[in-house]
Amino acid sequence: MAGSNPNAKPMDLTLKVWRQKDRNTPGQLVTYPVKGVSPDMSFLEMLDVLNEDLLLKGEEPVAFDHDCREGICGMCSLFINGRAHGPERGTTTCQLHMRHFNHGDTITIEPWRAAAFPVHKDLVVDRSALDRIQQAGGYISVNTGGVPDANEIPIPKTIADKAFDAATCIQCGACVAACKNASAMLFVSAKVSQLALLPQGKTERKTRVENMVAQMDIEGFGACTNTGACAAECPVGISLENINMLRREFIAAKATSENV
Amino acid sequence: MILDSKIPEGPLAEKWDKHKFDVKLVNPANKRKYDIIVVGTGLAGASAAATFAELGYNVKSFCYQDSPRRAHSIAAQGGINAAKNYQNDGDSVFRLFYDTIKGGDYRSREANVYRLAQVSVNIIDQCVAQGVPFARDYGGLLANRSFGGAQVSRTFYARGQTGQQLLLGAYSALNRQVAYGKIKVYPRTEMLDLVMVDGKARGIVTRNLITGKIESHSAHAVVLATGGYGNVFFLSTNAMGSNATAAWRAYKKGAYFANPCYTQIHPTCIPVSGGHQSKLTLMSESLRNDGRVWVPKTVELAQKLRKGEIRVADIAEADRDYYLERKYPAFGNLVPRDVASRNAKLVCDEGRGVGSSGLAVYLDFADAIKRDGLAAISAKYGNLFDMYAKITDENPYEVPMRIYPAVHYTMGGLWVDYNLMTNLPGLYAAGECNFSDHGANRLGASALMQGLADGYFVLPYTIGDYLAKMPYDKVSTDHPAFKEAEQNVMDITNRLLSIKGTRTVDDFHKALGHIMWEYCGMARNAEGLQIAKQEIRKLRNEFWRDVKVVGVNEELNVTLEKAHRVADFLELGELMVEDALQRNESCGGHFREESQTPENEALRDDENFAYVAAWEFAGVDNAPVLHKEDLKFENVKLTQRSYK
Repeated sequence: MAGSNPNAKPMDLTLKVWRQKDRNTPGQLVTYPVKGVSPDMSFLEMLDVLNEDLLLKGEEPVAFDHDCREGICGMCSLFINGRAHGPERGTTTCQLHMRHFNHGDTITIEPWRAAAFPVHKDLVVDRSALDRIQQAGGYISVNTGGVPDANEIPIPKTIADKAFDAATCIQCGACVAACKNASAMLFVSAKVSQLALLPQGKTERKTRVENMVAQMDIEGFGACTNTGACAAECPVGISLENINMLRREFIAAKATSENV
Repeated sequence: MILDSKIPEGPLAEKWDKHKFDVKLVNPANKRKYDIIVVGTGLAGASAAATFAELGYNVKSFCYQDSPRRAHSIAAQGGINAAKNYQNDGDSVFRLFYDTIKGGDYRSREANVYRLAQVSVNIIDQCVAQGVPFARDYGGLLANRSFGGAQVSRTFYARGQTGQQLLLGAYSALNRQVAYGKIKVYPRTEMLDLVMVDGKARGIVTRNLITGKIESHSAHAVVLATGGYGNVFFLSTNAMGSNATAAWRAYKKGAYFANPCYTQIHPTCIPVSGGHQSKLTLMSESLRNDGRVWVPKTVELAQKLRKGEIRVADIAEADRDYYLERKYPAFGNLVPRDVASRNAKLVCDEGRGVGSSGLAVYLDFADAIKRDGLAAISAKYGNLFDMYAKITDENPYEVPMRIYPAVHYTMGGLWVDYNLMTNLPGLYAAGECNFSDHGANRLGASALMQGLADGYFVLPYTIGDYLAKMPYDKVSTDHPAFKEAEQNVMDITNRLLSIKGTRTVDDFHKALGHIMWEYCGMARNAEGLQIAKQEIRKLRNEFWRDVKVVGVNEELNVTLEKAHRVADFLELGELMVEDALQRNESCGGHFREESQTPENEALRDDENFAYVAAWEFAGVDNAPVLHKEDLKFENVKLTQRSYK
């Protein structure tokens, strides 16, 4: 079957892929040539091709996380040539296509690097720290049933849109991987902002920000030094404004905190 | 065995209320004595787990992804239906019920669908209370749109990512209960067997996908919310990991599998670009509100276009066939999914398809841009256009999109009664995993509605009725039934690892997908289905003789995970074919070429096929046993669907 672009020529590439047996074994970059890569392939489909080759040779395929391959589930990761999710802005690795590379290129592929994201195997890391931060307060305390009619809570469109922008975070962890301090501030601030902006979330805004930030520290994420690398590399464009909002929320909460 | 759907007596509109009163309640102080296992953390699973925990039950929640928030409900784009009638345009619970029954081509249960329409309004309230940022108008109230051909605007949406926002709502409710210690989540854990003790579902056996450890979990009830089985086709819009294994292993333990042949092929997906393709991407159906579907009028023009001798712009207006508008003047481009898909296949089969493969049709926005302006179209569909451009490297503002149908959703699933319990006591199925509400074709924006209805508002009532009659005693995982199930899992695993053949798991999966798409896809006939049956059996034997799985069990072993899933797909595929064979009528997404009107529309046979086909496992190479549940229609009149 031909591709959408009949003039696109297949490429030969050299991959340098991080291989690591498990959490406790040191890893290393291993070089693999891949031939005949179609520019219409996605980056992960290119890795599928490599893995089929490895399997046929009886070698273990490269383990990497991925699921929806539509840029929304946040499961894929990969540090490609020193960039979280590769060279294209606003794009997850699964939506990155090989037409952005050239014949003869060498591509280095590493896992997310952060103390809070230990490597499970090869390119697969443990991001459960992000779930634990959400569990510390990333919710509005309502039980199922017994809630008011949806239209009894009018929300100005500008506020709703702003909350939405923050809510688009896909929890992939690229912000952490891109940050030289491995800070999770952009991720945490997105959730804090979304819920602090909405009237439904205001009741718990103080405890939420305190608890989520405390959990972030417990997990071993670094401090934020405002480099902005996180927002630059975020595949869904979460804005640095959220970090400002988190700081305001945090200071306001601490100033009047009931937690001693 | 007689299939008892346990539909409550009484008038349709009162059944659910009456049933809620009739079900037994568990004393609040006793709820903590019961454990419930929920497999899957999509909309149905996460909402059920959270709600059970809020009520006081202890919940164990399982998902194969690294976080519950990644379940494939997240990829739903378009929206969620609810009979709120906020737009004052004539919607009502009865109308949503009616549209859903009709859309399903009269192959679903009246009582289930009516309940779905009733609780739809509660879902929206719940989600807003959780902070789900639905689209709003300037007055601050919720916005709606018409979706999937509905004549009223009842769809609530959150830009092009309604699924993600609803799932994050359910995930946040789940997280809150994790913090309270009422839910324990087991991510990167896959269910590989169901455990039955004294005829009741009492637990599951899982594999830890990081360490390979096989573990048993015991409970008083088990809920499967593990999604659909579209990945039987290899290429689909499902996530790469979406699989049927949990449901299939339950089937092999005695749960009936209903209507497996009902598959939804979605008309607006990005076409296949080459043999490397790993999955297909859906473009929201909402695009059909403004896009016009067409192909060249003649095969000659289409050929020139495919060879690159002419460009789209060279085709005169008079040489374009807007075939949906031509054939269905009343609904035009907004005909239901099955009709739109089948017609795309028809024009491509005629040789009028576009794109270099010839397996695509145009979805053209030129007229909409001329009418509403580029800015308006961009505001509505900008993110979808960007996604399309990213994947295809073409600009849909300038050249028409190319689309082709792809497998998207499976209406079939585990058979459940009105309580969402399978025929196995204590085993429930929710969301896409069950068969219950969409009949032979699901309408747009109904999947999210059903997942959340099942999890938030149905199961929490019905499961109590079962538990109230159960003793509190826990079954130890040392029980022989658990040990036997663990051994069964280890046996399958060892068998897969010991074959050391020459063909990869993906290679087998692609071969299966090819057979399914060819013979059990958009159009089916008896001859082709017989061929498919033989081919699948051959392929399955080949798999167990020649599959190559490297590595060991005690590690993160992606190939082994896939091998388990594909082994099950190779059995499920045959059941789908078997079901398609026996259903010698066309209905919804199931089109039997033997049963069509003179205008090539699907022709139902209500006299002989107004039933649910529920299949009982009888051994891998033996013919499964068919049980029929007759569908009774007392509130709607069965009519031939017409969108002319």
